[in-house]
Amino acid sequence: MRDVVVIGAGMTKFGELWGKSIKDIFVEAALKAIEDAGVKQIDSMYVGAMSSGLFVGQEHLGAVMADYLGVTPIPATHVESACASGGVSFRQAYLEVASGASDIVLAGGVEKMTDGADVTEALATAADQEYEVYQGVTFPGLYAMIAHAHMKEFGTTRKQLAAVAVKNHRNGAKNPNAQFRSDITIDQVLNATMVSDPFGLLDCSPVSDGAAAVIVTTMEIAKKLKKKPIKVIASAQASDTIALHSRPSITTLGSVVNAAKKAYKMAGLKPSDIDLCEVHDCFTIAEIVVSEDLGFFKKGEGGKAAEKGLTAIGGKIPINTSGGLKSKGHPVGATGIAQIIELYEQLNGKAGDRQVKGARIGMAQNMGGSGASCVIHILEGGK
Amino acid sequence: MITARYHREIPQRYRLEAGKCTKCGYVAFPPRLVCPKCNTKKFKPIVLKDEGKIITYTVIRVGPDKFSKETPYAIGIIELNDKLRLTAQIAGVVDFDKLKIGQKVKLVFRKIQDDGKAGIHMYGYKAVLV
Ligand SMILES: [Zn+2]
Repeated sequence: MRDVVVIGAGMTKFGELWGKSIKDIFVEAALKAIEDAGVKQIDSMYVGAMSSGLFVGQEHLGAVMADYLGVTPIPATHVESACASGGVSFRQAYLEVASGASDIVLAGGVEKMTDGADVTEALATAADQEYEVYQGVTFPGLYAMIAHAHMKEFGTTRKQLAAVAVKNHRNGAKNPNAQFRSDITIDQVLNATMVSDPFGLLDCSPVSDGAAAVIVTTMEIAKKLKKKPIKVIASAQASDTIALHSRPSITTLGSVVNAAKKAYKMAGLKPSDIDLCEVHDCFTIAEIVVSEDLGFFKKGEGGKAAEKGLTAIGGKIPINTSGGLKSKGHPVGATGIAQIIELYEQLNGKAGDRQVKGARIGMAQNMGGSGASCVIHILEGGK
Repeated sequence: MITARYHREIPQRYRLEAGKCTKCGYVAFPPRLVCPKCNTKKFKPIVLKDEGKIITYTVIRVGPDKFSKETPYAIGIIELNDKLRLTAQIAGVVDFDKLKIGQKVKLVFRKIQDDGKAGIHMYGYKAVLV
């Protein structure tokens, strides 16, 4: 397998992009990435999107986007893994370059969620239709059940959950591409309209439109282009039962544990070697559980860690410096690529006000459904 | 949801029929073709007992359109006495604050939802506190 590096990134602002179509935003992000990389052509492309069929009634996104990007007849593939679609898109591009099948591949992700679809129903298709969704469960509901179980088992509090949202908004306020660029307080989170107990509205990531793209290539090409190469030193993916109720534990995400184990092994690293991490904080409890399952904190200590500021910029392990899904926005298919872009900017020292000093190793953890799939990447900045 | 899709799950939703792996004893609900624990493809049909406890729960206050009339409603993961877990609404709860993990429940037969297009009533199990 060849060394694989990221040499370019582009994304749209995340938010309610009513004036633009799904094609407009994908092409905008892809063109920025191609320009940033300084490449003349791409050999192949992947489009991560969870459910463009339900959200905008358009499938066959690989071909649609290749056409509008003006790159036909290159291979163009739509990959789907619910909210992990972006991460899996990046992994496919990584594998294609690593294997030698292609030299320059675009990995993108997109979702247009505000074009009038029943978003709750569309997102719920990532759970078990017959045995979860049929009963009336929603995605906030599934993670809320994880939260209640975590609170009962480890004494995690609503205030600790709120600390995650407050921290992510603080970071997102410094990200020009974020959907919400405003600070919030613990009290605002605790007093927000309830969505699914124990979650209020501010425990939940928003409904967003957005697209993100990166260019993946070989070390040799990066050197020729005189790019500081951001190297992919681990790519790992794992799955778990589709239904939350089928898992031995409701408070541990097996796919995260298994993908992390593989990723650490592949990179030859341990949790304490990671300088910053983008995690899939679709709901506040998700960031807490994932921060434990990635090994940054002991099981059950994630809530306290968030409350103590250990996950803030300048803390033990800065988590979601981009603002995370909570503040940056969560256009589901684009999220995994946007996480890679945050690492790309941080490892290039170009994250502005939210720069983690001396950041050299970054991790991105992207998951689908209530954790039925998880994909993790570790990137290393060039010296 | 089309009628056929509803109809073929009736043995599970009306009668809690599951499959038990003849080799390792894994109980598959709904029944499966292959055991995820030992890969055996032989199951014998069993009927689950309808009593258990709440493992975790939530109160859904923003629901999908088709449940809008019932919202808010409680839903939980129920562990039946034979250790099998499933997701079900917790019906008949007047004061949601009194819901607790560990509470004993019984599964009962109830209407779950109506199909918007065909207009058929769709039934299944809900949990009630005991
Ligand atoms: Zn078996």
